[in-house]
Amino acid sequence: MPEQKSGPIRVLLAKPGLDGHDRGIRLVLRALRDAGMEVIYTGLRATPEAIVKAALAEDVEAIGLSSLSGAHREHFRRVGELLAAAGASDILLFGGGIIPKSDADELREAGYALLYPPGTPLDAIVGDLRSRLRPAAAEEGKP
Amino acid sequence: MDPSIGPPRAGRRPERWLRSVHAPARERHAERQDRFETTSGIPLEPLYGEDAAPGPGEFPFTRGIHPSMYRSRIWTMRQYAGYSSPAETNLRFRFLLAKGQTGLSVAFDLPTQIGYDSDAPEARGEVGRVGVPISTLDDLDHLLEGIPLDRVSISMTINATAAVLLAMLVALARRRGIDPRELRGTVQNDILKEFIARGTQRFPVAPSLGLSVDAIEYALRELPSFYPISISGYHIREAGSTAVEEVAFTLADGIAVLEACRARGLPLEKVGRRASFFFNAHNHFFEEVAKFRAARRLWATICRERFAIADLEACQLRFHAQTGGSTLTAQEPANNVVRVTIQALAAVLGGAQSLHTNSADEALSLPSEAAAQVALRTQQVIARESGVTDVVDPLGGSPFVEELTDEIEARARALIAEIDGRGGTVAAIESGFIRRRIETSAYRTQVAIDSGEAAPVGVTAGGEIPESPFRIDPAVETGRRAALAEFRRARDAKASAAALAEVTRAARAGENALPSLIGAVEADVTLGELAAALAAVHGEHRPDA
Repeated sequence: MPEQKSGPIRVLLAKPGLDGHDRGIRLVLRALRDAGMEVIYTGLRATPEAIVKAALAEDVEAIGLSSLSGAHREHFRRVGELLAAAGASDILLFGGGIIPKSDADELREAGYALLYPPGTPLDAIVGDLRSRLRPAAAEEGKP
Repeated sequence: MDPSIGPPRAGRRPERWLRSVHAPARERHAERQDRFETTSGIPLEPLYGEDAAPGPGEFPFTRGIHPSMYRSRIWTMRQYAGYSSPAETNLRFRFLLAKGQTGLSVAFDLPTQIGYDSDAPEARGEVGRVGVPISTLDDLDHLLEGIPLDRVSISMTINATAAVLLAMLVALARRRGIDPRELRGTVQNDILKEFIARGTQRFPVAPSLGLSVDAIEYALRELPSFYPISISGYHIREAGSTAVEEVAFTLADGIAVLEACRARGLPLEKVGRRASFFFNAHNHFFEEVAKFRAARRLWATICRERFAIADLEACQLRFHAQTGGSTLTAQEPANNVVRVTIQALAAVLGGAQSLHTNSADEALSLPSEAAAQVALRTQQVIARESGVTDVVDPLGGSPFVEELTDEIEARARALIAEIDGRGGTVAAIESGFIRRRIETSAYRTQVAIDSGEAAPVGVTAGGEIPESPFRIDPAVETGRRAALAEFRRARDAKASAAALAEVTRAARAGENALPSLIGAVEADVTLGELAAALAAVHGEHRPDA
């Protein structure tokens, strides 16, 4: 069990691969910031290496990846592997995109506890991150 | 006879239009039938309403660009398709043509769109995922095997590397002994909306636009039946804009394209005749119909007022429409057939020249063959069974539709004026103004959906999402890597190196890229090598947050 942190939740959002669909991730970015979290966004075409480097440099507690091009298996898994190699497996991984069920099962095993299909209410994502990263505060309804 | 029905409403017919516009057009080009009537035998006139407003085929084309529209020719049914490999996509093309599709539309994978070969490190995991991979002229040859290039029109959704794919198509025509002047089709080649909404840009804005104008210039000179640009609002809408923003940002993009062509010294009369547009057909039925009408009128006005284009035909906004992908739901996907039907009907009543209807399973994966067939059949039902093709602009004259048309035009015009005030389209793209507007609209939409106010039918929290019906075999990527390695080994290394050097020289000299690109693809230089050579001269665009 990692230590219980306080203060604003720090999150890195990233678009790995060549996919240009960023409507979803930009909505999540806005919702997390509106909820009081500190969010860094890599922009398009971030490599898994760059994503992990940014996550460590920014000392984030969670990484959210988005891919709607069908390349999620390759990129999401690679980020998980690089993170483990860097000894940072305590960072919470979540992802969004058009992810078929069989892939979702595989990615959950690879550490992606939270996977969101298009159409997920923004509040649900905010709520999940709070209850995982600030369980005590989440119960009291604080950011 | 019931006296309340009365005689035909002769005084309310557009007599002048019928006589001076419709009759001569019909003379030149026969309609599909000698006479159109309802199931009850009521004769159908080509147009209803009085002569007060300009009719179809008359500037500013609010009611349509042709005098008899679908009475003479049904729109082109053009389903966007591509996946896995050139050979597999070729099978889908043949399937669609066999089912009555009337034009082809190629979806390329992301590496091809951005300029990476299938064996590039950047392509890892992306080969054949969202479209077909094309790295070489041979790939394009396989993709279009058995397709008569001089008879089937081919639309290619390609932007950053549009000049390369156009070069390949010309080279392929030559290889097959077809005069490239016979080539018909469209290359999207609209790089500005990539920076706004779609994200496949490779080079910085200015050289990207330069390459786009190269393709336009080349086509005007050498490919008289080819449309070298499709100015696209579709992706702007998918990124979350409103209908008004879709019109304004698309036409602002078109203004920037005409300005770039004028700066190159191209005759705008010719550019206008060879430019086309691409819009979304989204959910709000009447707003969508009015949107297409307003866009036509506003573009015609812009061409006349801003660019002083004298040739009225060059001021016509002709467009392809695609139903709104973002409106589809993963839960209860069969309902998407209904959504697509309503959206497609809006495009038809709005006067589209060509149409793509989405497949019901596209919220889950690329379309399966069965779903792709239903999508095409949807267009055929509208065209052949609904009767909406028998009268031109049947909603025109409705006070509601006319007022919506006026309102969309006025608001889009105001937004374009705001962009002008910010230094024009390119400046408004680079400052992030356009992106921020789209993002704000997307956020509003999401809030309305989340609150339940605009929740789609058949979607519930935690509801069942079916398994994806269509998967791409990852072995395709491995296979292509090996095949490309062999291709590079087998080619004439000296000839391909010389052809590549010529591309670099032409780019440095600021010459039109097309002739050297055609020479290079004929010498087996790959798309990735060409994009890298162009990037070495023009620089790489670094996408950022």
